[in-house]
Amino acid sequence: MSGNVYDALTEADDPRWAFGSGFSEAGAEIAAPVPDGADPADLAEYCLMLGDDALVYSHRLTEWVSNAPELEEEVALANTALDLLGQARMLLSRAGHVEGLLDGRTARTEDDLAHWREAAEFRCVALTEPSDELDFARAVARLLVFSAWRLALLDRLRDSADPVLAAVAAKGVKEVAYHRDHAARWVLRLGDGTPESHARMQDALQWVWPYLGELFRTSDVERRLVAAGIAADPAQTRDEVDAVLDRVLDRATLTRPDVPAAGTIGGRGGRQGVHTEKLEQALVVLQSLARRHPGAAW
Amino acid sequence: MVTGLLPGLGARDVVAAVVDPEMPMLTLDDLGVIRSVTEDGGRVAVTITPTYSGCPAIEEMRADIAGALTAAGYGPVEVTTVLSPAWSTDWISEAGRRKLADAGVAPPGAAAAAGPGPVPLVLDPPSSVVRCPQCGSPATEALSRFGPTACTALRRCTACREPFEHMKEL
Repeated sequence: MSGNVYDALTEADDPRWAFGSGFSEAGAEIAAPVPDGADPADLAEYCLMLGDDALVYSHRLTEWVSNAPELEEEVALANTALDLLGQARMLLSRAGHVEGLLDGRTARTEDDLAHWREAAEFRCVALTEPSDELDFARAVARLLVFSAWRLALLDRLRDSADPVLAAVAAKGVKEVAYHRDHAARWVLRLGDGTPESHARMQDALQWVWPYLGELFRTSDVERRLVAAGIAADPAQTRDEVDAVLDRVLDRATLTRPDVPAAGTIGGRGGRQGVHTEKLEQALVVLQSLARRHPGAAW
Repeated sequence: MVTGLLPGLGARDVVAAVVDPEMPMLTLDDLGVIRSVTEDGGRVAVTITPTYSGCPAIEEMRADIAGALTAAGYGPVEVTTVLSPAWSTDWISEAGRRKLADAGVAPPGAAAAAGPGPVPLVLDPPSSVVRCPQCGSPATEALSRFGPTACTALRRCTACREPFEHMKEL
């Protein structure tokens, strides 16, 4: 036994310092050719959209670690974040690879994309951006909305002509369905619980509802890729998502909020790189370690 | 024939015997994550698949496979991850299921097949029976849908009162 306690965690010729670090390859499909009929720039951008949704929201979910009302729920939210982070890794890797095929561009890694882009280069929707400020009702309200929507997208992407999108979707459908059902059961428990929990759950719906409108807007990139058999059309998921939300809210004795959708700026939103200031605040934390120690492996 | 190899142990056998880093009662073969092992002289190419999208054990699996093959005299070794088709708990072997139960982890039931139309919303706990791996009683209840690893949930037996992990169907 050597004197250094950390030696026990590492293998002799392995520079990694702890279990679970040293991610290097997200999957062989990442380098697959761009499907016929697709503009590589569009495909890269679309992978960023779905990847950034997962990355930024996963970061917000991890804010619950050491803060959840019970240990089991902390584990639940952390595991949910981990599933989404895994999806983000594959999607960002694909985006970085495809981007490198463009004239005058070099490929970027998932870490380059996660840690070294500025807010305006992100393509996530505003729903993923704010902190829920450790309000548990907000956390489950957002998880219900996000996962009902993402599930509807992934369900359609199982047939995508892009092998990475299809693979992420095939696995992600099972994971996100589990997240959605988990959130739905909490909304039932709180909505149909005490007068206090009911009121706070209703307030949380009020908080999350303005973000719904953006989820069903189809960007130009998505429209072109839907035609190429690669993307899912978000506008077509609306009825399905509404049906799920209505069913949960009805059984939870909650009321669907009547609030206007948050506005766009000149028709531009998250998919075009126009974000709330909340994204900047998230990135300051998310990117701090990589920027403080450029090139470090962990 | 390459010299220095363990007698009678092919590269496939070496890879199959590597244990899962988070579920050490299972080999990678039991878990069903090994897609292919091809051998050409001492050179070995291994293809594995991740269980969950964010499974942090995949890198450790790759390192353990490379280490086991190198220790058995093989090399160079290349370990590749493939994403498709997506892993399912249905791929866990019968032997793997027995080992899980012996270690106090209730094995997964059959994974739900994807039907036509949207994935159904499940608001009530499913009625499927998860038997207690300690006493075999079917009277068990969910404690938490998320367990200490991505692939397990926590349950409790109402007969013998023992808490246990259940590997979730995926």
